[in-house]
Amino acid sequence: MIWILFAIAAWLFGLSVNIWLARQKPSGWASLASPIVFGLTLIAVWEGVVRGFDINQVLLPAPSVIAARFATSLDILWIDFVQTVIKGALSGYIIGCGAAFVIALAIDRFPFLQRGLLPVGNFVAALPIIGMAPIMVMWFGFGWQSKAAIVVVMVFFPMLVNTVQGLQASDAMQRDLMRTYAAGYWRTLLKLRLPAAMPFVFNGLKIGTTLALIGAIVAEFFGSPVLGMGFRISTSVGQLALDLVWAEIVVAAIAGSAFYGIMALIEGRVTFWHPSQRT
Amino acid sequence: MQENQSVISARNLDLTFQTNDGPIHALKDVNLEINKGDFVSFIGPSGCGKTTFLRVMADLEQPTGGEVTINGVSPEEARRARAYGYVFQAAGLYPWRTIGGNIRLPLEIMGIPKAEQAERVKRVLDLVELSGFEKKFPWQLSGGMQQRASIARALSFDADILLMDEPFGALDEIVRDHLNEQLLKLWARTEKTIAFVTHSIPEAVYLSTKIVVMSPRPGRITDVIESPLPRERPLEIRETPEFLEIAHRVREGLRAGHGDD
Amino acid sequence: MRNIIPILTVVGLLILVWYGAAVALNAQWARDVAARADKTLTFSELVADTWSQEKPKLPAPHQVGAELWETTVMKKVTSKRSLVYHTWVTFSATFLGFVMGTALGTLLAVGIVFNRTMDMSVMPWVIASQTIPILAIAPMIIVVLNAVGLSGLLPKAIISMYLSFFPVVVGMVKGLRSPDQMQLDQMRTWHASGMQTFWKLRLPSSMPYFFTSLKVGVAASLVGAIVGEMPTGAVAGLGARLLAGSYYGQTVQIWSALIMAAALAAVMVGLIGLVQRVTLKRMGMAQ
Repeated sequence: MIWILFAIAAWLFGLSVNIWLARQKPSGWASLASPIVFGLTLIAVWEGVVRGFDINQVLLPAPSVIAARFATSLDILWIDFVQTVIKGALSGYIIGCGAAFVIALAIDRFPFLQRGLLPVGNFVAALPIIGMAPIMVMWFGFGWQSKAAIVVVMVFFPMLVNTVQGLQASDAMQRDLMRTYAAGYWRTLLKLRLPAAMPFVFNGLKIGTTLALIGAIVAEFFGSPVLGMGFRISTSVGQLALDLVWAEIVVAAIAGSAFYGIMALIEGRVTFWHPSQRT
Repeated sequence: MQENQSVISARNLDLTFQTNDGPIHALKDVNLEINKGDFVSFIGPSGCGKTTFLRVMADLEQPTGGEVTINGVSPEEARRARAYGYVFQAAGLYPWRTIGGNIRLPLEIMGIPKAEQAERVKRVLDLVELSGFEKKFPWQLSGGMQQRASIARALSFDADILLMDEPFGALDEIVRDHLNEQLLKLWARTEKTIAFVTHSIPEAVYLSTKIVVMSPRPGRITDVIESPLPRERPLEIRETPEFLEIAHRVREGLRAGHGDD
Repeated sequence: MRNIIPILTVVGLLILVWYGAAVALNAQWARDVAARADKTLTFSELVADTWSQEKPKLPAPHQVGAELWETTVMKKVTSKRSLVYHTWVTFSATFLGFVMGTALGTLLAVGIVFNRTMDMSVMPWVIASQTIPILAIAPMIIVVLNAVGLSGLLPKAIISMYLSFFPVVVGMVKGLRSPDQMQLDQMRTWHASGMQTFWKLRLPSSMPYFFTSLKVGVAASLVGAIVGEMPTGAVAGLGARLLAGSYYGQTVQIWSALIMAAALAAVMVGLIGLVQRVTLKRMGMAQ
């Protein structure tokens, strides 16, 4: 009973703090504090609800239990993190986004190919690429390479479509201006079209961060050596060790947010001039 | 006394656009001579071809008949030789470069050494009275100031010809008056040849030594008026009878071209 | 429609590349088999072999086509081996999840736009929900929901709903807030109520955003349903077929399931696109 009251109290408290924060003058620390307060409230409510309603800890462990499991499993979590995030997701991300960028530049010279490629690219981006995971395992084996391959396929098309769109973003007037300076293709590309394309490129890069992480984890459901976050999750589910699953989720959520955040930070530096960065 | 040396010459110029709705005769049989040091305004309603004519001079459009020469050579060669500076209707400054960076853009492309770049940037910013704004970004400047920066950019590489396409069209009248005055002072100091497109009659009469009145469907020249006004003109000249007479003649020319409406 | 020729060219090129890749990837196996029989293959024999292996590394397009034909047209729809049956299983979970997700997303968006408290208290939940990689814990969710008595269609649909509601919320919030200040002021001068402004201005303005989000949402729903089918011991649905194929090394089966999934995605997105075009045309907003 006490726990339920605690949960309600925590929720009300968190809500009022957030409303108070929203009324303050917008500032750096206020916008950071809000999600933190929200997160803490969520954890407190969760703890209260699980204990108060006596929910089966095997099915839905309380945050305190998860934290305990997290602390005792740091070595496993770290190995899994390196396998899935660093080896699988990150390498696939770099290869996939890099290839998409280069190919977008290559087909920029051929409007004919572009007209055919963009619809096809949009179509492929809608497909359940994750279904190719078993095929990648067959081609590249059980190791991290097959996971990286899936990530490459997943991030390639959104990045390609965004980069192509970005290269078309400079308006006719600015390209005319370059013509009056008798600037050739490469000069115009370097000084006008690439900087103008950056907002779109970073949109693709940010989308890619989430796709890369999810792709690497889910790809491991289809076959993996005895390590990796996806592997750990599926086997832990089988053993009903759901606290370890949640611990892995915590790692995934942190890794995902950090990856996205780093990209957003770089985006802020590179596209400082874009209206969306100035509001 | 300036030599009457022809700088821009158009002979039987013709331009027809093929569009989805059929051919559009943007320019028909245009003949014109622009001499060194002239300030020529092109005025007319939308569709009369004034901007198209300017773009043909700049090698941004290709004529379908007749010819245009700039400094005695084709527009393309003139463009390659960076013989002119072009000012668009919108400032078109790159938001990721400072004002100084924007003015340096053509200089970088043309391979002018760094030390000289800095000196030129300072000089042209002085000319348009934007000294001290070198490190600001375009969005920190008002519309009028951005347009002045755009003009400075066109002046930075010392082309003798300036092609301007309704550069003050988006600005309010007070700023416009001020910029008109500045432009005239600039013209006097630098002795450039200027081709200026506008649809404001007072602006055309105030700024130019020669006014070309055009009308649409098909785009053609209906009148060329040599302005008797002195080269040095304070803003008050806009209320003198000579000024009003020229403006009246321009208005008549526009109405004649619009006769079929 | 002027894009038709470039599109067909690109697709044609892709198929050619596919055939070429099949030769390249299956060649090793063909050579090994021949070596064991002490034979060497001519080039044309090699090519013919690589295009007709039983468990190829990369099945040739016609092999996949044949398998598709076999399992769709040639099997009774009610048979457990019919690809049509499996597609139906996946589709029903996708559709249910998509409808629930769209409804939820729209309701949340309307609430967020009209109620400051909801905006401040619900929006963070919505964003936070996406930091948890739901696909990664799909197995856990299925198991947990099974344990509390929900099994079969519903758990998969819940995963699909979770994945599709977010694009709808984001898109609709953007869309409902898209009318510019001038148009909103105009409504004020007519003393229009909040409801009137909503139905006559905000909702119509949000239609383009709505359809774009629907397309993203339906694709996400499909992925959710497929991944959700894997943990339950791989019994029914396209995800199950994919998993079974990978366990037993049946490459052609994997590829045909994948093509079906792709076709399903294409059909659903295409249908939404059709509805989009018709609706926007009737509203005069046709792009």
